[in-house]
Amino acid sequence: MSMRTASVLYDVPGPRARTRNLILGVAGLLGIAGLFWYVISSFADAGQFEAALWSPFEYTGVQQRFVDGALDTLKAFGLAAVGSLVLGSLLAVGRLSDHFAVRVTSTVVVQFFRAMPLVIMVFALYRAAFGAQPMWALVIGLTLYNGAVQAEIIRSGINAVPRGQAEAAYALGLRKTQVMGIVLVPQAVRSMLPAIIGQLVVTLKDTSLGYIITYPELLWQMKLIASNSDGYPYIPVVLVGAPIYIAMCLALDGLARWIESRGRRGTTRRSTTAA
Amino acid sequence: MGLIFENGNFSAFVEGFLRTIELSALSALFALLLGFVLAAFRVSPVPVLRWFGTAWVTVFRNTPLLLLFFAVTFMLPPLDVHLDSFTAAVIALSAYTGSFVCEVLRAGINTVPLGQAEAARSLGMGFGQTLSLVVLPQAARSVISPMGSVFIALPRNSAIAGAFNVPELFSFQKVLSEEAYDIFAIFFWIALAYLAISFSINAVFSTLERRVAVAR
Repeated sequence: MSMRTASVLYDVPGPRARTRNLILGVAGLLGIAGLFWYVISSFADAGQFEAALWSPFEYTGVQQRFVDGALDTLKAFGLAAVGSLVLGSLLAVGRLSDHFAVRVTSTVVVQFFRAMPLVIMVFALYRAAFGAQPMWALVIGLTLYNGAVQAEIIRSGINAVPRGQAEAAYALGLRKTQVMGIVLVPQAVRSMLPAIIGQLVVTLKDTSLGYIITYPELLWQMKLIASNSDGYPYIPVVLVGAPIYIAMCLALDGLARWIESRGRRGTTRRSTTAA
Repeated sequence: MGLIFENGNFSAFVEGFLRTIELSALSALFALLLGFVLAAFRVSPVPVLRWFGTAWVTVFRNTPLLLLFFAVTFMLPPLDVHLDSFTAAVIALSAYTGSFVCEVLRAGINTVPLGQAEAARSLGMGFGQTLSLVVLPQAARSVISPMGSVFIALPRNSAIAGAFNVPELFSFQKVLSEEAYDIFAIFFWIALAYLAISFSINAVFSTLERRVAVAR
């Protein structure tokens, strides 16, 4: 949005409004700069920029921990992403089934797992069955929760496919499974791809729950590095680790935008999901 | 299933339940405030504020909530800021949820067609009138359903606070499973509590949605 375009909230600024905006802009810039300066100077006052606190990052062992953590995060994410998409498609089709029992079961499963906090599920799985393999507790928990959410996204995508598509497919003599599998679901997935990838970003962020069940993903490694180094450099570790998470999420988000910009043939555009 | 009625577990359960609700309600309030401010920044005519809003929302939307809790818990003590764990949890949750609220509000404002504001202005309405009589009422309608999913997610997200010393439902689950009660029985009660919370919020929002629905 450039300065010259009107928005629904205000007109194209005239000379007086432009001066006012400039003044507000300078004031805003000063305020933001002041905020940054305050944060940085309070870090500096607390001695958080002293070389001793940052020296752990020079050890290859510590660097390796960051790499291992990121890889373990991505491993859990990859497994959960595949699992949740498969489960999501099955549940979405199940919710649209002609059979009452299948429909009710899928609806109950979806509603239950959507309402359940992920921490509670992951922790219960960890305690109940996967005490020795925390990764599977995390992956299964993520799969169940995100599968339920993806199911709702895919289902609304299927519902948004024009009715003529299914009718035409039936008229050509395709079976129910064929109509669903080769006509409706592919179109639904294509039109919902940005929302699906948006939910995958949530999945990626939620792998950090591994921290609670001692799965050595990035956050857990960060805590380990900070608590094992001299002077407990929690602030430096967060300043290094948070950008890694943000970069991974932005990369996925960029993929979603790229796919959206390629122009989808779907008729509906939906926004991404809330966390 | 009877474990809840033994050894004073019930009062701990009720306390955890109330703490979850208190935490969610407070965070919802602050998230709304923060979201409004950020949304105002993101749609303002001043580019600097717009960039700041965008940068803020990008950072907080793409940071795991657990990392925010981690940051609030471990970054403040070295700076000589000592908060109790409940306040820290409220800060982390509202900072996280606020940026989602901002995105919902901004998307809502963007759904109002430009012609509506132009028509209002050509009728001679001022900025305040255009905003309060034409733009915001229409934006509010399209905001309710996505806002609902943000606020249904909030109590679920608040469970993470249990891992950072706030005695709510997740920490109730942790404590009881350490006392070697049957994990499935504990899960049953916790699940019941969260289902109750989630369905009540859902009911509120679907009522709201039905009230303001546009008859087309």
